[in-house]
Amino acid sequence: MSTRKPLLACAVALVVGAALAQGPILAQSPSPNPGASPGLGKPITEADIKQWDIAVLPDGTNLPAGSGTPAQGAKIYAEKCVACHAEGGKGGGAPGAGQLVGGEPLTNGIDTVKTIANYYAYATTVFDYVRRAMPYNAPRSLADNEVYALTAYILSLNKLIGENDAMDAKTLPQVKMPNRDNWIMPYPDRI
Amino acid sequence: MSHFKRRGRAPSYDPVAGNGLINRRALLGQGIAVAGAMTAGAAGTVTGAAAEPIKDEPWSLQFGSTLPAVQTPSRFEKDVVRSLSNPTGEFRNSHARTPHHLLSGTVTPNSLHFSIDHCGVPDIDPAQHKLVIHGKVRQPLEFTLESLSRYPLETRMAFVECAGNSAPMFSNEPLQVTAQAIHGLVSNSEWAGVKLSTLLDEAGIDRNAKWLVAEGADAQLLDRSIPVKKAYDDALVAIYQNGERLMPGNGYPMRLLVPGYQGNMNVKFLRRIKVVDQPAMTFFETKNYSQILPGGKTWRFHFLMEVKSFITHPSFGHSLKEPGAYAISGVAYSGAGRIAKVMVSADGGKSWGEAALQGPVHDKAFTRFTMPWRWDGQPAVLQSRAWDEAGNVQPLRAEFVAARGQTNKPLTTPLAFPNQHYNSITSWGIDSKGEIKHVYA
Repeated sequence: MSTRKPLLACAVALVVGAALAQGPILAQSPSPNPGASPGLGKPITEADIKQWDIAVLPDGTNLPAGSGTPAQGAKIYAEKCVACHAEGGKGGGAPGAGQLVGGEPLTNGIDTVKTIANYYAYATTVFDYVRRAMPYNAPRSLADNEVYALTAYILSLNKLIGENDAMDAKTLPQVKMPNRDNWIMPYPDRI
Repeated sequence: MSHFKRRGRAPSYDPVAGNGLINRRALLGQGIAVAGAMTAGAAGTVTGAAAEPIKDEPWSLQFGSTLPAVQTPSRFEKDVVRSLSNPTGEFRNSHARTPHHLLSGTVTPNSLHFSIDHCGVPDIDPAQHKLVIHGKVRQPLEFTLESLSRYPLETRMAFVECAGNSAPMFSNEPLQVTAQAIHGLVSNSEWAGVKLSTLLDEAGIDRNAKWLVAEGADAQLLDRSIPVKKAYDDALVAIYQNGERLMPGNGYPMRLLVPGYQGNMNVKFLRRIKVVDQPAMTFFETKNYSQILPGGKTWRFHFLMEVKSFITHPSFGHSLKEPGAYAISGVAYSGAGRIAKVMVSADGGKSWGEAALQGPVHDKAFTRFTMPWRWDGQPAVLQSRAWDEAGNVQPLRAEFVAARGQTNKPLTTPLAFPNQHYNSITSWGIDSKGEIKHVYA
């Protein structure tokens, strides 16, 4: 039985393979500090990221210019939201479309339906989610004034603001959500 | 038995706990002994009706199929599929659950990794996809799949678990459904990616900033607040899953991996990380992935998926054909580190024996446990209970319900999410016919 020839062939293949593999490796300049980042991130300006930079923080940071009232929001709601969220934000219009108004006390049980009125800690969450995700079939088709108006309408339906209160970058973060103080942090050491 | 005596390798058949649990050492270094034990129950067939003489089957007598470029499982495995919450493709979210009761080992095949989408799976062209890091940094940066692929990649095992996994067990009565329906929103893979800390350092993060907002490129731009502390601990921007590019439903072409934290925080289709000074309280960290406690308070920033285990074999959907030897097996994992110990009971928690852990035991990843068992044909209740290296123990159901609650009325569907972060013990009740039910014990 001759095993010698195949073994030799393998050895040759390995040597050739190693030589081929070394080419591109040697072509790269070795990093003087192996722990350092390769530094392949391409610099970009905040101005160039502006269209993506929409996350609103609870204290109002990054809220855009503009404003809207509940009455303005009611008109937009009737046109763009009612099909899924139903008349008056009651929900149940389309599978998965949340209830926007009302809500049972959370003391009713751990499976109480979470709503804006009984659960959310910050009104900015409503603005941010409507702006980034709604309408479900046409996300980011609403102008900032429309998002303010819809937010005002929903907050007004929940009696969290007055019927004529306009929402803008100044007033929205000041809306006091009823459940805010019930949010507790079990593991502060993870932050 | 005499077979083993001849070889001088008597296995340990010491009962280690009630109702037939056998010392796990029967599994360790004595493979032959165990193989013998497992077939001992069927030994009676030797004296039964004569089997037909063995012969060549048709597939041994003809040329088979040629190889496809991408192989798929045998046609005889057609039932090993994910279960779908939205099988008809309605215009809403959908969930696909891993069939744990039909799988073994620790790695979830990519085709069967669980997936949840809230607004459809985007069809992303990797050549056009960008990841930007900005906010409280020295220099905002843009990365592509190509540039990330040139970094030294870190490879690790990690489970990803939806915070709503196991939610059917919040029901005050046990649902008669499989481990797939109960626990199918957790899966385990080998991920490869770039350390997030490397990219943050490259951008020059303001070390006083405590939070990141991570955002995906899906239609809702799903976003979550991530503690900078976790980013520097072990977070990756993952670009490979079990050796191949990410599956679309798992975040193609890149996702955040925050091992051990809520699945939703492992933001898929990752396109933006903004360094900020406060959590954003996004929709998903406000509404879906937080929880109501008995009494009405709410936990914020729970994040870590606690130590859990469940038996996959045998479990609901299987049946035991006859008394005799079986191997009880399942998975254990913890978001707090490695699994330290798994105990198994066959008598509903009256007595426990320590299961064998299949190594290597990885940090924040599935560990498969095994326990030899001799079923005597009488009713039994199988349970597993896990401990992690941080000293956390999987709570008993009574302890869990006291602290975290359950529903007032039984759930009518396993697709509901009455609450989040369920990690108590799963119990499979076996009757004298070998039929298996989901029970609370």
